[in-house]
Amino acid sequence: MPKRAHILICAGAACISAGEESFKSALEKELKNANIFEEVKIIETGCFGTCDLGPVMVIYPEGIFYIHLKPQDAKDIVQEHLLKGRIVERLLVKEVELKKPLPNINELPFFKNQVRIALRNVGFIDPLNIEEYIARDGYSALGKVLTEMKPEEVIDEIKKSGLRGRGGAGFPTGLKWELGRKAKGDEKYIICNADEGDPGAFMDRSILEGDPHSVIEGMLIGAYAIGAKKGFIYIRAEYPLAIKRLTYALEQAKSYGLLGENILGTDFSFDIEIRIGAGAFVCGEETALIASVEGKRGMPRPRPPFPVNSGLWGKPTVINNVETWANIPEIILKGANWFSSLGTEKSKGTKVFALAGKINMTGLIEVPMGITLKEIVYDIGGGIPGGKKFKAVQIGGPAGGCIPAEYLDTPVDYESITSLGAIMGSGGLIVMDEDNCMVDVAKFFLSFTQDESCGKCVPCRVGTKRMLEILDKITDGKGEMRDLEELEELAKVVRNTSLCGLGKGAPNPVLTTLRYFRDEYIAHIRDKKCPAKVCTKLIHYEVIREECKKCSICFRNCPVGAIFKDYDGTYVIDQEKCTKCGICFQVCPFKAIKKE
Amino acid sequence: MAVKLKISEYAKNEIEKILEKFSGVQGSLIMILHAVQEKFGFLPKEVLELISEELKVPLSEIYGIATFYSYFRLEPQGKHVIRLCMGTACYVKGAADLLTALEQMGLKEGKVSEDGYFSLDLVRCIGACSMAPALMIDEEVYGKLTPNNLKKLLEDFRKENP
Repeated sequence: MPKRAHILICAGAACISAGEESFKSALEKELKNANIFEEVKIIETGCFGTCDLGPVMVIYPEGIFYIHLKPQDAKDIVQEHLLKGRIVERLLVKEVELKKPLPNINELPFFKNQVRIALRNVGFIDPLNIEEYIARDGYSALGKVLTEMKPEEVIDEIKKSGLRGRGGAGFPTGLKWELGRKAKGDEKYIICNADEGDPGAFMDRSILEGDPHSVIEGMLIGAYAIGAKKGFIYIRAEYPLAIKRLTYALEQAKSYGLLGENILGTDFSFDIEIRIGAGAFVCGEETALIASVEGKRGMPRPRPPFPVNSGLWGKPTVINNVETWANIPEIILKGANWFSSLGTEKSKGTKVFALAGKINMTGLIEVPMGITLKEIVYDIGGGIPGGKKFKAVQIGGPAGGCIPAEYLDTPVDYESITSLGAIMGSGGLIVMDEDNCMVDVAKFFLSFTQDESCGKCVPCRVGTKRMLEILDKITDGKGEMRDLEELEELAKVVRNTSLCGLGKGAPNPVLTTLRYFRDEYIAHIRDKKCPAKVCTKLIHYEVIREECKKCSICFRNCPVGAIFKDYDGTYVIDQEKCTKCGICFQVCPFKAIKKE
Repeated sequence: MAVKLKISEYAKNEIEKILEKFSGVQGSLIMILHAVQEKFGFLPKEVLELISEELKVPLSEIYGIATFYSYFRLEPQGKHVIRLCMGTACYVKGAADLLTALEQMGLKEGKVSEDGYFSLDLVRCIGACSMAPALMIDEEVYGKLTPNNLKKLLEDFRKENP
């Protein structure tokens, strides 16, 4: 029986956290009450990408997009939309400027400006149903490769497409495969790097949760091309939902004869095993990752030999990240020429980004290479909330850099981003506004890398520590001007002499903020002021006597008893006792406390 | 030599089962530790000693792995675990203020509160960037927090889960 409607509900992690499950059960109940449960098909999909609006859903055939759903909205959706055919206007996205509701999912600027290759199925199919993946041409690229193409032809096609590693470094994928194919060894391995450690990045997780088969198919094609029989997916333990869906997808693929012995009746055999990480950022580095798959401490080693020649258990190993693998089937199906028609001269195709921070539309997007940062932040991301001023966008995670407003017209491609001192990275884009202190941001990233340094090489282990001490000194108001030179010098040594990418990239947030926001450092050092009012040692709170209504809320909330009543009944902060926690500032209903 | 502590028959059996499941799997030590931690909530010293004996792997090597990875814990946790997200998105939206607030409530990173009710872990990105700043209490995510509503959240949580 044809269905009255198909309802796609986003079951990405953000929507689940926002209450997707309780909404879904309310919707099912209302459908049953209205006696149309059998006529409507509900599909829980992967992440739509509009994480800020969650929980969200789309009703097809019309493509009506509803947001911020609560269990009590289920009744209106069933009674009004599904039974009477009237759109529930209050649940639609309102376009910010025109204030007019946008009912159709394809009209939203957020979706309109995207090109989805790696995310082609994420948010459209039920990730737990292999049939839905197959219905969208899933596994036909594998069929094509196994029956019509020689391994060398596959490699040529990937080389021609211009695909570069999406994990961050941008090494040409086809070339890596060719080296893997040519490497001598009785056994070869394929690894999928799903150790997405950058804080604030969730691209790979969304692909694994929303379309796990695309990664499995990509790995199968890669295995055929280089001649591997065994593959591993190394995934973070912090991603339980992705692990669950991936495990399920692997079993499904096995039962369909798409993994295991004699795949699709050919003599090609391949199997995939999951290995779970245990919380070490450095394991995103390929040699460290290999050590971890082997069950050891995840410490990197010098290269060469590169993993393509001597990787897992000393055998030739090709490692690509999740997004790279997800691109492969589509390139095989639509051809290298189609793929290379997207993007710029040296960076082809698309890139997935996780947009977060001070931006209206936090979420997951996929855009063609060459799009400008401005288009991402304003056209797709909807700009900065609360009328605040844009300050910087941090790209590339802890090894990346902060790009200021004057470079917002920079096209997103590997070379342009690198020329600004940042890196493309795996796709985390964190937007910062005027309330963020760039010295503090640099300190945040450096304390992250310092903490995650494995300790094997001296520049990274000791160098990042010394750099962090200098930053601490500056934010404590004890900085001297010569600290800046020392910081720069140290940063260069750490960058040039560290063993692996973690240490080499660790100074980037410091170097870029020094390059673009030097005045902020100088304000901290010379004026002993934090312009963004973030660094606690450099700010102080005071009661504005004229504004104080003597309500005593600050007095009652101060956790350290630093507020006392003055002779006239107004309150005063004892600066000696004050720990600058800011609670008084937040609780004062009359804005009678100033922060300087 | 360290004094040998007793380990219950039940625990011993469970560990044997885990080891059996992974026997023959190349490089399975991390997976074994995952399974043990899932079972016991942390990695007790006695258990690590047992694994060392059974697998004929030096205890130092196992300890090296257990301490290298932040996911493994050598101490038990509180009754309820707070995981404060220190990912970039949460940080730029004020996660540091939340940490200060939690510390003022007597919680310390990596430690169990005096009454054993809460323990606090700082984690990197729980993927709830759209709800930043966020934290998890056990498996539940709470977002868009301020020091004020956080205080209320924990008070309410205690009332609802005595």
